[in-house]
Amino acid sequence: MTATMEPEVGKGRLRKEDARLIAGRTRWTDNITLPGMVHLAVLRSTAAHAKIVNIDTSAAKEMPGVIAVYTGDDLDPEGAIGMPCAWPITPDMKSPRRPVLAQGKVNFAGEGVAVVVARSAGEAEDALAEIDVDYEDLPVVLGLENALAEDAPLVHEELGTNRNALWKFDSGEAGSGGDVEQAINEAEVVLKRRFRQQRLVPAFMEPRSCVVDPTAPQLTMWSATQIPHILKTMSALTLGIPEHKIRVIAPDVGGGFGGKIAVLPEEIMSLLVAQKLGRPVKWTESRSETMAAAHHGRDQIQDLTIAAKRDGTVTGLKVELMADMGAYLGLVGPGVPILGAFMFNAIYKIPAYHFACTNVFTNTTLTDAYRGAGRPEATFGIERMMDELAAELGMDPMELREKNWIKHDEFPYTTVSTLTYDSGNYEAATEKAMQLFDYEGLRREQAERRERNDPVQLGIGISTFTEMCGLAPSRVLGSLDYGAGGWEHAAIRMLPTGKVEVITGSSAHGQGHETAWSQIVSDQLGVPFEDIEVLHGDTQSSHKGLDTYGSRSLAVGGIAVVKAAEKVIEKAKKIAAHMMECSEDDLEFSGGKFTVKGTDKSTGIGDVAFAAFMAHDLPDGVEPSLDSEAVYDPENFSFPHGTHLCAAEVDTETGRVRLRKYVCVDDVGKVVNPIIVEGQMHGGLAQGIAQALFEEAVFDESGTLTSGTFADYLLPSAADLPSFTTDRTETPSTTNPLGVKGVGEAGTIASTPAVVNAVVDAVRHFGVNDIEMPLSPMRVWKAVHSGEKAAGGPGAEAGGGLGSIDATHGGAQ
Amino acid sequence: MIPAPFDYVAPSTVDDAVRALAEAGEDAKIIAGGQSLLPVLRMRLAAPTSLIDLNRIPELRGVRDDGDALVIGSMTTHYDVQRDPLIAEHAALLAKATDTVADPQVRHRGTFGGSIAHADPAGDLLAPALALDTEMVVAGPDGRRTVPAADFFEDFFTTALRPDEILVEVRVPKHTGWHAHYEKFNRVAQAWSMVAVAATVRTDGGTIAEARVGLTNMSSVPVRARAVEEALVGRPATAESIRAAAEHAAEGTNPTVDGNADVEYRQHLARVLTGRAIQAAMAG
Repeated sequence: MTATMEPEVGKGRLRKEDARLIAGRTRWTDNITLPGMVHLAVLRSTAAHAKIVNIDTSAAKEMPGVIAVYTGDDLDPEGAIGMPCAWPITPDMKSPRRPVLAQGKVNFAGEGVAVVVARSAGEAEDALAEIDVDYEDLPVVLGLENALAEDAPLVHEELGTNRNALWKFDSGEAGSGGDVEQAINEAEVVLKRRFRQQRLVPAFMEPRSCVVDPTAPQLTMWSATQIPHILKTMSALTLGIPEHKIRVIAPDVGGGFGGKIAVLPEEIMSLLVAQKLGRPVKWTESRSETMAAAHHGRDQIQDLTIAAKRDGTVTGLKVELMADMGAYLGLVGPGVPILGAFMFNAIYKIPAYHFACTNVFTNTTLTDAYRGAGRPEATFGIERMMDELAAELGMDPMELREKNWIKHDEFPYTTVSTLTYDSGNYEAATEKAMQLFDYEGLRREQAERRERNDPVQLGIGISTFTEMCGLAPSRVLGSLDYGAGGWEHAAIRMLPTGKVEVITGSSAHGQGHETAWSQIVSDQLGVPFEDIEVLHGDTQSSHKGLDTYGSRSLAVGGIAVVKAAEKVIEKAKKIAAHMMECSEDDLEFSGGKFTVKGTDKSTGIGDVAFAAFMAHDLPDGVEPSLDSEAVYDPENFSFPHGTHLCAAEVDTETGRVRLRKYVCVDDVGKVVNPIIVEGQMHGGLAQGIAQALFEEAVFDESGTLTSGTFADYLLPSAADLPSFTTDRTETPSTTNPLGVKGVGEAGTIASTPAVVNAVVDAVRHFGVNDIEMPLSPMRVWKAVHSGEKAAGGPGAEAGGGLGSIDATHGGAQ
Repeated sequence: MIPAPFDYVAPSTVDDAVRALAEAGEDAKIIAGGQSLLPVLRMRLAAPTSLIDLNRIPELRGVRDDGDALVIGSMTTHYDVQRDPLIAEHAALLAKATDTVADPQVRHRGTFGGSIAHADPAGDLLAPALALDTEMVVAGPDGRRTVPAADFFEDFFTTALRPDEILVEVRVPKHTGWHAHYEKFNRVAQAWSMVAVAATVRTDGGTIAEARVGLTNMSSVPVRARAVEEALVGRPATAESIRAAAEHAAEGTNPTVDGNADVEYRQHLARVLTGRAIQAAMAG
């Protein structure tokens, strides 16, 4: 007998996919080259809102290497094709047609106007300059309040309004809580604040790209997408191509952060052009195109009212949002702010709650999912409000939270927004975080710095967050009118030599599923980690799936893998019993072996797989295969939580913020691979901190994106961030067999308010109670010295840099 | 993100480069490290007909001792400037400023002369070059001439270089034993300076004997903070006298406005950072 294998789940394995991903010697979409392939380049609108009077493509067609030039009317003469939006949040939601290429009118700067097809990518780009578009400017609608003003010009005249939809939840009406107006009227303390969620760019590393091969038996599209399965079905529906005639492959994909949950006009355009020409086509965007044309994230104005007793008991919360959709609706764009509706009450027992969100059209790039999608906005709102309420009441902000949060012995707990949190332990995570942070010591230092009027002031920011992830129980999505279910699929193939292929409907684009799924299957089947291959992203092998977003892969897709493995064992058991001439009931399965109870007689699962393959001697009625598949529909969301503590130094002479210490203790349930969890936390923290301090997509008054390069859109690097102290508590989810919750978005959701709370806390004694994000040095300095909270207006435009290069004069050498 | 087509020449001597530049005509560009030019080409903000590449001219690389001055070849990379023992000894301010340029990849490709000739007022090497009273040696069809830094920078991205000239050397008067510091203020490590201050000081006993202060991104060209220099000289090197002198830092500056900083804030930063730069120089 061999010794029991050490469990794989919980082991900090390096990721098996990393060598090829890091070296780049792999199948990125843009690395794919097919015989006879031609290249596409898209001419993008320079105007944010204009009638297209004429497009003259004749000169471009004469350029070297050019094969064709198409406008929207060429590709879709009937004007019948519209890009899909799969989340009609209300029955009366306004949903304007988004064409493949603009037809008659452009509605944001960056919208595609024409496409050049050429033998090389360079020739295609050269020809763009030769297309002559005659625009007639229309008034540009920018800014949520401007767009909703009575006499505002309209983005889409035919809709008669810039209002896309109004979505409401009210706990009084739903019966899940009291009436918020009553709570506000009767409150001892009422606090109102307006917060702004600036617009962000989901800055994935690999630009979007797709290749379409019309010469394959199935029309085959490779795409740098998070959602190959959804893309296949949506492409079929959008173009009327029979679904069984399309194959979509997401090869290795370099990040997404929600930015690749989309059905792109460029993908549909590539399908159309490839079919028209009968040759393979490739479209790969430049970074500038990503910035202007790929969907953005966030962009909300939040009006929040919190009601409380003097002792700190929160009695009501009213949330009124305006959310900028941009010029059109993305695949799930209108639903993104709605995901926040369930999270504003966070970890707190809030007896009365009202949420209303008005979605608005403007002449800007569309917005859609970005890491956290709705939940970072909600977490920011409530966690900032808790700090403001604590300041108003003169309470310690952690004490205020503790007074209101759900205690560990109160789970499962049904919240005012109707979710049932299955498990959690906010006390334990907080206690650990407070110790690691040295909360008391830093509070003392803060007091000393204030006392001596030190130019460098210290602030402490708290974020005790939770989130809903593991999207999602299909019935809940149905109640929200979401255009798909929330299940996931997995299959396991037992190969004759004992090796294993795992097929998952999750679509990894950097998460490390190949490693984590291998660890899970290794434990389930008792097969060595190295003997397992995980296949994903190709609808031909992974024929069924709902892809990767919303921290759903492990909590849904990972569980589907477990369920498939259970079926493999069930099948194998019949054959093993036959092989060992015993009853199935006499067998136990452990460490990859079926053992006859009470004996040392055993058969390995590899031997069973081989026996099934040979099929020379199987029990009657048993099919010669162990292969199994499963579809798992979660019964509930999972609810990771954590306590994040940030100490920020503010140089009051310059306004510069330096993060002195960042501690987070997260509870993401059972951990499959601590190294992957750590990586997700660090990346998530960087992105959340970046929203607080650095990033902002800015449009000028003409609707041109001024932060259109990475010289102007400021992404932090390791040099700009502190060394994070990360730790965990482990309260398993009770609603899935692994006890896992999901970790993909936690750091991003939690960290933004922790940082802003810390900065405001550092300078509150100067009369500051808010500073708009990103907290640039000028904004912080002016907040301290003149009380402005949004100095300079929106603007992250870097001084100097590429944007300011004078192309005609400068730049010698 | 593909540049428009262009001709490409890679001469191996300065004379050949000057000739190639003359032959290529007005729409030619010189490429050094390419750290500014390549993004501009890729974004098609510029479409020169030819590029003259200086990377294969050995005589343009390296640092030599020339008596009272150091001579830095224009194609010397930032990485080499950072590590050069002559620069460390005689022009510490340059090494310190170069340490703050972008990131290691950029410092390995980017060149000292390329940065100077590009003349981005937010670039970090212009103010030190000005503060150290360097001289630019340029080569053209009629031979070589020398332009003092004070006359070299004319406007945003505009220098005294004529279209047919190439910056070949920078002569840096030795500042042996001077204290030096470059105080840079930007929002993320890789970003351009919002404001930066190049300060170098010679002390005699406890007194400041000479002081040179240059400001980055406080005007369309790098500027000398002459009033600060004058206020420092002859003063004891104390915190109070430094603070008082730094109050003059924004005098005569005309900074640009962008989303990161308005005029009031930039001028405020110039004063604060000047004080800090001199303090740090003294401490270092």
